Amino acid sequence: MTAYIMRRLLQLIPVLIGMTIITFAIVHLIPGNPAQTILGETASQEAIADLEENMGLNEPYPVQYGFYITDLMQGDLGTSLRTKSEISSEIWPRLAATLELTFFAMVFAIFIGVNAGIISAWKQNSWFDFLAMMFALVGVSMPVFWLALMEQLVFAQELGWLPAFGRELSGDPIAPITHFYVLDSLIHLDFPRALTVLKHLILPSIALGTIPMAIIARMTRSSMLEVMQSDYIRTVRAKGSGQFLVIYKHALKNATIPVLTVIGLQTGVLLGGAILTETIFSWPGIGRYVFEAINYRDYPVIQSGILVIAFFFVIINLIVDILYTYIDPRIKY
Amino acid sequence: MKWKYSFLVTLMLAFLFMIAACSGDGGADTASTDGESEEENTEGDSGSDEEQVLVYARGGDSTSLDFASVSDGESSRVTKNIYDSLLDYERDSFDVVPGLAHDWEVSDDGLKYTFHLEEGVTFHDGTDFNAEAVKINFERWADPEHEYAFKDEGYAYPLYGTMFGGYKGDEDHIIKEINVVNDYEIEFVLKEPQGSFLQNMAMHYFAITSPAALEKYGPDIGENPVGTGPFQFVSWTKDDQIVLEKFEDYRKDGLPKLDKLIYEVIPENSARLIALRSGDVDIIDGVNPDDASGIKSEDGLKLYVRGENNVGYLGMNVEKEPLDDKLVRQAINHAVDNESIVEALYAGYATPAVNLIPPNYMGYNDEIEGYEYDPERAKELLAEAGKDDGLELDLWVMPVSRPYMPDPETVAEIVQNNLKEVGIKTNIVREEWAPYLEKTSQGEQELFLLGWSGSNGDPDYFFGSLLHGDNIGGENRSFYQNEKVDELIDQAATEIDQDKRAELYKEIQTLLHEDAPGVNLVHSTPLAAAKSAVKGFIPHPSTNDPMEEVYMEN
Repeated sequence: MTAYIMRRLLQLIPVLIGMTIITFAIVHLIPGNPAQTILGETASQEAIADLEENMGLNEPYPVQYGFYITDLMQGDLGTSLRTKSEISSEIWPRLAATLELTFFAMVFAIFIGVNAGIISAWKQNSWFDFLAMMFALVGVSMPVFWLALMEQLVFAQELGWLPAFGRELSGDPIAPITHFYVLDSLIHLDFPRALTVLKHLILPSIALGTIPMAIIARMTRSSMLEVMQSDYIRTVRAKGSGQFLVIYKHALKNATIPVLTVIGLQTGVLLGGAILTETIFSWPGIGRYVFEAINYRDYPVIQSGILVIAFFFVIINLIVDILYTYIDPRIKY
Repeated sequence: MKWKYSFLVTLMLAFLFMIAACSGDGGADTASTDGESEEENTEGDSGSDEEQVLVYARGGDSTSLDFASVSDGESSRVTKNIYDSLLDYERDSFDVVPGLAHDWEVSDDGLKYTFHLEEGVTFHDGTDFNAEAVKINFERWADPEHEYAFKDEGYAYPLYGTMFGGYKGDEDHIIKEINVVNDYEIEFVLKEPQGSFLQNMAMHYFAITSPAALEKYGPDIGENPVGTGPFQFVSWTKDDQIVLEKFEDYRKDGLPKLDKLIYEVIPENSARLIALRSGDVDIIDGVNPDDASGIKSEDGLKLYVRGENNVGYLGMNVEKEPLDDKLVRQAINHAVDNESIVEALYAGYATPAVNLIPPNYMGYNDEIEGYEYDPERAKELLAEAGKDDGLELDLWVMPVSRPYMPDPETVAEIVQNNLKEVGIKTNIVREEWAPYLEKTSQGEQELFLLGWSGSNGDPDYFFGSLLHGDNIGGENRSFYQNEKVDELIDQAATEIDQDKRAELYKEIQTLLHEDAPGVNLVHSTPLAAAKSAVKGFIPHPSTNDPMEEVYMEN
């Protein structure tokens, strides 16, 4: 197993180098000059030329790529053209924000999705099955921004139960350690703050988790239905096991594999795809960071942002692959 | 036994989710258990002895808090309240008033400016503000090799170059030398007179940073601002919030009135309004014109209208057939109905433009009557020019929304329909933003939508940049060149008597009105909103809102 994990980690290197070449090429192929974009319409030609030289954009592309990859090898992600800050120090807080949000969104999606799927399969063709699957269909097709705005309108503006934006209260920012605010509050033993942070997580997590939840529910249901018709379940039943035990102990285990695949893929998608939720809930995450960078043609930030997202995508898939072996001992690497 | 894992994982996740859900509900129902952090936010509203806290929400984060090295409004909006410049603007206009300099003199030839500085002013780090500090700041911007210029870290000061004609050693660099007379007197010697010099000195981009902080933080000064302004910097969580607190030793007694000022980033316009309505924030900038009437009629909220400081226009490349014909340009001016653009796009919250500069600017010529919307007259003019046999023109539409034109596509549609009525067919051309700016500079376009925002409240910044022959290939995207106009612009730029300047600009506008190198569409008046409890807030046309006099009423 260890050898397998090592091999997978080594495979990461060519994947990431490939990613750098692709992102570098794409980023430099999109039309638009960062100096002009940063300075806007009121910029004089001299100012644009000065800034271009300053940012090292006059070098040929292969030279620029060479600089980039050399720095990267030394763990230096470069400096943002726009803010002049080190990207390595700018990127982690945003990534942590998105990871935290993704985690809670997936917790919500898995808990509701898996259980709704199980019950739907268990009580196939019942009113619950019908309602849950209709709800799942609506969930899959619901535009995230609409759901997010409706949540804000109802729970923040009208009822005033939950905050409408941000990760914590205004004016009293946390002293970050890991930049996972729930964890940080707990490390500080600041429980009121942990509660506040959790409250801020609820609406965006639901908005972000709704689509994966619906997909997971549908996948769990169909997978469970298939397993429930297999011979060994009939045998277990014949032995007189209770329905609950049959489902959660015997059936779920075999139904989990395809569900786990979906969960892994969806988690990866959320990492880069959280941008709509991040924008509406003012969540300072990586999606917004990269999006802004694209708007300003901030090449180093786009490259590093995509690279980091790709890295985590691969890592999540690796974790899923390892989980397979725990759930199903028949799978061996 | 492995089945336990899946069951365990499900259980664990379920448990975590329940914690999240329960704590959320519990916290909301019983605010008292939430402790201090919860109270912090609301304290400002209750009792005059209590802490005054205000949350100001805007659409984007600051790029850097080193204001002079960036040119975005979201950066200067914040630093305006951390830093002071030698001169300042009136709270609601671009009229120059004293800042760190309480008095100033200009020599008769307009080449020497002497500023008398406030005494006893300290920076937030406790060091003294004096003439030497001013000199260091200006040298830092002018000289890329200066020890605090941080050129190697990518710092540049584009607005300094634009306003003062370049940098140290450049032929057109207008500042010849800066002499420290004594601790509280400083002299600027110019190479030639600059009519907008005082206006420039009041720009926030030329505010003074503590030299000790430049030494201490080096290129990290952009995240550790130290000035002499009413508020001092506490923290910056990127893309989220910037926290400032009252500077106790501020040079004006009794100010600022707020103890804490927080800038929040809420990118989405509707989400920002929801945050205001739910009471989480106190002031929001960037309100959709469509929401204006709702806010106006709502108890507890107040709508604010910013003064004009920009122009959105339909430009014409006067080098291209048939736009080289003045009659055709006048015809297009008569054909475009800018009143309907104001109604359709701004819900009435904009001023139809007559001249290029906004009406609250010095030298605005209010004797000029705008081209009336008159399709018949437009057809007559086209006939007179011999161009009534079906013209076809390219209309370039900018891909981004700007304060002077929030929805260029709709403007293009209206213009297209207007022109169709007088027999001109237009083909829409779309480009990405940066190529749009580059290609229009090179003159590939015929008709194009664009605009201009003021930064120092001076007409020269509009006429000199947009319509001077020297700027063809640059910001003069109309390729308009008129010797008489160029001469008048140059004359006004170096005239230091402001009354004479105003007369010159009026004359320029008369000539431009006749030549019609473009259609001036609108001066937008962007909207902001606040809780009614917010008092003393006056939005500035530059969007750099001074917050020192703002307070929360019980």
